[in-house]
Amino acid sequence: MKRDIVTSIIGIIVFTVLLGLVYPLVITGVSQVAFPGDANGQQIHLDGKLVGSKLIGQNFASPVIGKNGKPEEKEGELVTEPDPRYFQSRPSATEGGADNAAASTFSNHGPNSVKTKEADEENIKAYLELNMNTTTKTEYDPGLTVAKIPVDAVNSSASGLDPEISPANAWIQAHRVAAVRHLPLATVDGLIAKYTSGRGLGFSGEEGVNVLELNLALDRLTGGAG
Amino acid sequence: MTFAGWLTIVLFVVILTALAFPLGQYMANVYTGKRVFLTPVFAWPERLLYKVLRVDPELEQDWKSYAKSLIVFSLAGWLLLYVILRTQDAFFVPHALNPLGYHSAPWNVTFNTVSSFMTNTNWQFYSGETTMSYLSQMIGLTVQNWLSAGIGIVVAVALVRGIIGRSGKGIGNFWQDMVRTILYVLAPLSVFAAIVLASQGVIANLTSYLTVHTITGLTQTIAMGPVAGQEAVKELGTNGGGFFNTNSAHPFENPTQFTNFFEMLLVLIIPAALIFFYGRMTGNRRQGYAIYATVMLMFLGAVVVAYIAEAHGSPAQHAAGLHTGVISGSTGGNMEGKEQRFGIAGSALFDVITTVTSCGAVNSAIESFTGIGGAVPFANLSASEVIFGGVGTGLYSILLYVLLAVFIGGLMVGRTPEWLGKKLEAREIKLAGLGILITPLAALFCTALAVASKAGRASISEVATSAGKLGIHTPQAFSESFYAYLSQANNNGSAFAGYTGFIQPNAGNLGSHGVSFADVLGGFDMIFARYAPILFALAVAGALAGKRVTPAGLGTMRTDNGTFVVLLIGVIILVGALTFFPALLLGPIVQGLTGHLY
Repeated sequence: MKRDIVTSIIGIIVFTVLLGLVYPLVITGVSQVAFPGDANGQQIHLDGKLVGSKLIGQNFASPVIGKNGKPEEKEGELVTEPDPRYFQSRPSATEGGADNAAASTFSNHGPNSVKTKEADEENIKAYLELNMNTTTKTEYDPGLTVAKIPVDAVNSSASGLDPEISPANAWIQAHRVAAVRHLPLATVDGLIAKYTSGRGLGFSGEEGVNVLELNLALDRLTGGAG
Repeated sequence: MTFAGWLTIVLFVVILTALAFPLGQYMANVYTGKRVFLTPVFAWPERLLYKVLRVDPELEQDWKSYAKSLIVFSLAGWLLLYVILRTQDAFFVPHALNPLGYHSAPWNVTFNTVSSFMTNTNWQFYSGETTMSYLSQMIGLTVQNWLSAGIGIVVAVALVRGIIGRSGKGIGNFWQDMVRTILYVLAPLSVFAAIVLASQGVIANLTSYLTVHTITGLTQTIAMGPVAGQEAVKELGTNGGGFFNTNSAHPFENPTQFTNFFEMLLVLIIPAALIFFYGRMTGNRRQGYAIYATVMLMFLGAVVVAYIAEAHGSPAQHAAGLHTGVISGSTGGNMEGKEQRFGIAGSALFDVITTVTSCGAVNSAIESFTGIGGAVPFANLSASEVIFGGVGTGLYSILLYVLLAVFIGGLMVGRTPEWLGKKLEAREIKLAGLGILITPLAALFCTALAVASKAGRASISEVATSAGKLGIHTPQAFSESFYAYLSQANNNGSAFAGYTGFIQPNAGNLGSHGVSFADVLGGFDMIFARYAPILFALAVAGALAGKRVTPAGLGTMRTDNGTFVVLLIGVIILVGALTFFPALLLGPIVQGLTGHLY
């Protein structure tokens, strides 16, 4: 018994040093040297400023400016509205605003829950409104109905930080973005194809369009948010 | 459902089997002390470790002595981890390793977390990026990721030694098995996997959280950390505790379709290899193939059901008017709580893999799975982690079932049951029976306590639905509670994540408090259901070790053919179904059978 106690105490200390310090530090060190971009989160800089990570989804919404000229707040959170000039990410369940990358979370909405249905309906409404030309009162994508909305556009992602949307979701939004930015639809669809990732190893997972990269490419094309 | 989805599933099984077989042979060489290709690298550090630990590796331990070493070592790990997590913000912690200045979580949450990581469960009431310092993740949680995996493996190795033992009472030396597991099995695989993951975008740094100014004028804070190393051993050791709250759904833990596939292989490779290891150790590889066929058939059944159910979509989606079929550019299905890059197939497969094993990592929200899709992880847990199971735990658990199946088969043909030439007697059968039943007992007892008490119901997230009056009496609410204690008892760690044991209004544990009932009950659930079966498995090893071997006769029931596979599947399903079916009906199955919204 005494032998076991002595060995256990020595063992836990030795293994803590080897597995808890040496191992993670070696992995971190090697990664920093060999793959600095990946090890640091695939950061994207624009004019020397950090504008995001390729892997982390963003909320492409602008702060709503209130009557007093300051950004409006509700219950301590910024009030924002989606910017129609940009492709919009998937719904996110994070607190403190969508796509809060300091606190990832699931929605935990159940399959038979009224809450899930209500959240879906709210997202459907917002999606249809955003893709509606307010002056002509017609859909940018002619014939867009509830049944034609791809599920990823209204179901919240797992991490709350999904960097991608489905190609179908992007094709619908392309009509809006092209119209607002006065670009030919074919040009926007071309960019979508460029930023669509194929399946891993050719078969694994699903195709997705990286929203941040796509939006940055649009800005480059039109010299700003257009 | 898509062709690519089915292809992913088929290729996964083929690649897994192709990799697991040689690893199993390698492990057999390692644990019998034969020379392997890594011997020149690790022979010297191995000897040095024995010297530092002051152990004689050649000293054979009987099962009691082996168990004593294992428990004392576990206890030492528990105490050190508790101290580390509770002194997270102490003066001696360098700022660089706690850059956000996070305080320690309260005692009750820490009790749960420590018990969770020691038992290879990795149930997490806390959320990584808002609770833990980098130092806690490294010297605390990562270390137990290794050690708890090691303990699972050595118990399986010891049990196999007992089964094939020809003389005496020895079942190996605990310290030698631990050292060899870490050096020869876990270390090379973990380092390789961590580097591969880091090359694909799993982050590995010690910088503070990033501040981003987005192109639409918002700010975004991005959590960072030394993730890659922990991620690799999290999957390999079937631990499953995420660095971040959303685990393998988080893009920094699982950035691409490729890493998703790779991580799935990491989870199953050792449990699968251990089955081949067993076959090789018994001197008859067909013994291993029979068990492999048994668990693979059950695994595939689970995958098919989960994929079809999730591709179908949920009643809530249909009520909202959504079309959930495949269209051009979208594969449809139930995408609530799933990531675009994994899709339905990649999420369903990952979910089944991490719930048949004791991994419990998730790349999608299990709570948002459809009724039947969610019944699959329930069913996997109800089979007590024998379908591949955790590293080591899977093998020793299914071997107890094999023993039971041989006994039942013996009763059917009216002969004294024999297994690999050894007569099975009352003592072994009793021990195996207890080892099998103790985990379900813990799960059901804790669930009953939790749903019957006010303190237990406080953890349920579905307290208020818009129907108002139904509240916690929905099937979903029952599922949350049941899953919590079932998952912890099976040392799995996945969750219907709405169930909470930690109220954390601000990042960094400011103003946070734990839910003592859920934290403490869950903690004991995990410890009891981990160590009781380990003791029974080691006792079985001890009981079998000294038995004389008699050559098989004409009437001996074979344990390496198709008939036995069918019998074994029957026994596993019978025990699981008889134990859990009433509870499963109340939760996921009722949701799966109705389009009704609650």
